[in-house]
Amino acid sequence: MDGLILTFFTLLKILAVVVPLILCVAYLTLMERKVIGYMHVRIGPNRVGFKGLGQPFADVFKLLLKEVIVPTNASRFLFLTAPILSLAPAFAAWAVIPFAEGWQVADVNAGLLYVLAMTSLGVYGVIIAGWASNSKYAFLGAMRSAAQIVAYEIAMGFALIGVLMMAGSLNLGDIVRAQSGGIFNWYFFPLLPLAIVYFISGVAETNRAPFDVAEGESEIVAGFHVDYSGMAFALFFLAEYANMILIAALAAIMFLGGWLSPIDGFGDGVHWFLIKTASLLFIFIWLRATFPRYRYDQIMRLGWKVFIPVTIVWIAVVAFAIYFEVGPWFSTVRSGGI
Amino acid sequence: MTFELFIFYFFAAIMVFAATGVITSRNPVHSAMFLVLTFFTCAAIWLLLEAEFLAITLVLVYVGAVMVLFLFVVMMLDVNVEPLREGFVKYLPVGLLVGVIMLVEMVFLITQKYFRADQYPIPERVGADELSNTETLGRLLYDNYLFQFEIAAIILLVAIVAAISLTMRRRPNTKYQAPAEQVGASKEGRLRVVQMPSEERS
Amino acid sequence: MTGQISKYIKSFTLWELLKGMSLTGRYFMSSSITIQYPEEKTPQSNRFRGLHALRRYANGEERCIACKLCEAVCPALAITIDSDQREDGTRRTTRYDIDLFKCIFCGFCEEACPVDSIVETRIFEYHFENRGEQIMTKDKLLAIGDKYETQIAADRAADSAFR
Repeated sequence: MDGLILTFFTLLKILAVVVPLILCVAYLTLMERKVIGYMHVRIGPNRVGFKGLGQPFADVFKLLLKEVIVPTNASRFLFLTAPILSLAPAFAAWAVIPFAEGWQVADVNAGLLYVLAMTSLGVYGVIIAGWASNSKYAFLGAMRSAAQIVAYEIAMGFALIGVLMMAGSLNLGDIVRAQSGGIFNWYFFPLLPLAIVYFISGVAETNRAPFDVAEGESEIVAGFHVDYSGMAFALFFLAEYANMILIAALAAIMFLGGWLSPIDGFGDGVHWFLIKTASLLFIFIWLRATFPRYRYDQIMRLGWKVFIPVTIVWIAVVAFAIYFEVGPWFSTVRSGGI
Repeated sequence: MTFELFIFYFFAAIMVFAATGVITSRNPVHSAMFLVLTFFTCAAIWLLLEAEFLAITLVLVYVGAVMVLFLFVVMMLDVNVEPLREGFVKYLPVGLLVGVIMLVEMVFLITQKYFRADQYPIPERVGADELSNTETLGRLLYDNYLFQFEIAAIILLVAIVAAISLTMRRRPNTKYQAPAEQVGASKEGRLRVVQMPSEERS
Repeated sequence: MTGQISKYIKSFTLWELLKGMSLTGRYFMSSSITIQYPEEKTPQSNRFRGLHALRRYANGEERCIACKLCEAVCPALAITIDSDQREDGTRRTTRYDIDLFKCIFCGFCEEACPVDSIVETRIFEYHFENRGEQIMTKDKLLAIGDKYETQIAADRAADSAFR
């Protein structure tokens, strides 16, 4: 009986995370179109509902009512599983994200690892979609994105190792608590190179512009999801934006102090977390509106030859700083600055 | 049957099914996907043992990285399965022999009373109560077995260097790009504005 | 050497990326120049070259004398004219077709016309629902001319100083 109640409450918690998340995804698409519109000196969608606020729903209903076409000679089972495979990890990773003190579906000790594992699973959806479509464009897109994601995952993992060393914990809640004490205690400052590497790797990992060669429209039509239509396509869309929000939320937790207020102990709460995540998402969109697509070999060079060495060097710097208790940031780490 | 046991059998059944799928499915990509499923269920079973660090690392490393590269290669190579199956009858006796030996060994292990698992005490739970799984593992690796761990790391490093040096072939007449220089090119480096007096009109 | 170092510093501080982002950031702040079409429209010139029309004289007589200059000058070969003698002995067109799929709206027909008969109006919002409707026949062109005569005449008058 207790088990049943626990299951029920867990389900409620999951719903309380997933439903707002889907709404956020819907409005993130609108925000993206609006922001890019304003950067192009346009005004973006403004026809559906008040100032275009109904646009996401119009899009969703359009996609819902469309037919899902399975191409001839496509591997039917894998073709239809691929969107789910890309969506499920994107949502599953949210289980350990602390929105505020204690606001968390599962307080896992190895939370950071769990998030990394889940984000690394997202690539299967892309690869399987590309392969199962039985189309060369889709396949090329899948190959590109697989190589790209594997490359940037390493840089991303290394960037998070720096956070791990500072916080001394894999628990995301503990990582945030270790950053308490005002804006200057956030890891953004001592780990600035890692924070930047993490964010750029995050952009690459989610296949967003300027790293969106996986769906480079000018070369391979739409990459791995060329052959998808209707709801199956919508799921890929949903997964991409959920991953974007996840990367932004993680960056907010790791480097910008999660739910902590910039002034110590002054109105900590979920609103700070949301503000930080939203600002980072704005930067995502800003990047997309600003930069042209990278060439593929440049992406690989940046990942392997620039980011990984930079992160390794900075990890060594942080290790020395922690060992010798240097400066304003590293002196408290060893004695457990929490 | 307790709930935990039920979950164990559930995942174990999926795992056996997936493992069988790996070797029976005709399409190499399907085989690779079955292997992914096997790893995944294996991680779930490890979670039941409260080995969360190992379970998540299994997913992270094997499913998230190794199998992706595996799939990558399998998809790129476009393996033709038919020639691979030609030698099936020829190698059947050897395969059967190995299989029978393994079966006998397993039966031996399970039935002989000297080897049975209950002959050995259950390993102590190393500080599982006050320290988390991850920390315990870290202490073991970096305190007790530091030397072995470092040796393993160096062997891996040597393997990486060897693999890279095998594929690195600098041909003298190939043209390479120097992206750093390309990026750093500026107007001042390329362009010289010259002031010249205009020609006199005759 | 110093150039090398400054190059490194420049690329590691992401200087050029920040410059690019500041540009888009400035445009984000600037007000948008979108014209919301059905409600707002851009101003039109009196020389606007839109849908064609055939004009009449004030007494109701059609201007066109079937000289076929427009047919000859049309670079897209969009105009087809058949002519015959009317009962009163004047030369008139029996058929005056403009294929709007061929027409490139260059305005040469208007320039070539000695009697200001074929003109291009300001109408640009029109559509066809069936194949064949894109052929503007003489009747249709005359009807347009009748309907918009005041506008057409005003535009010609405004432009007369430059002709």
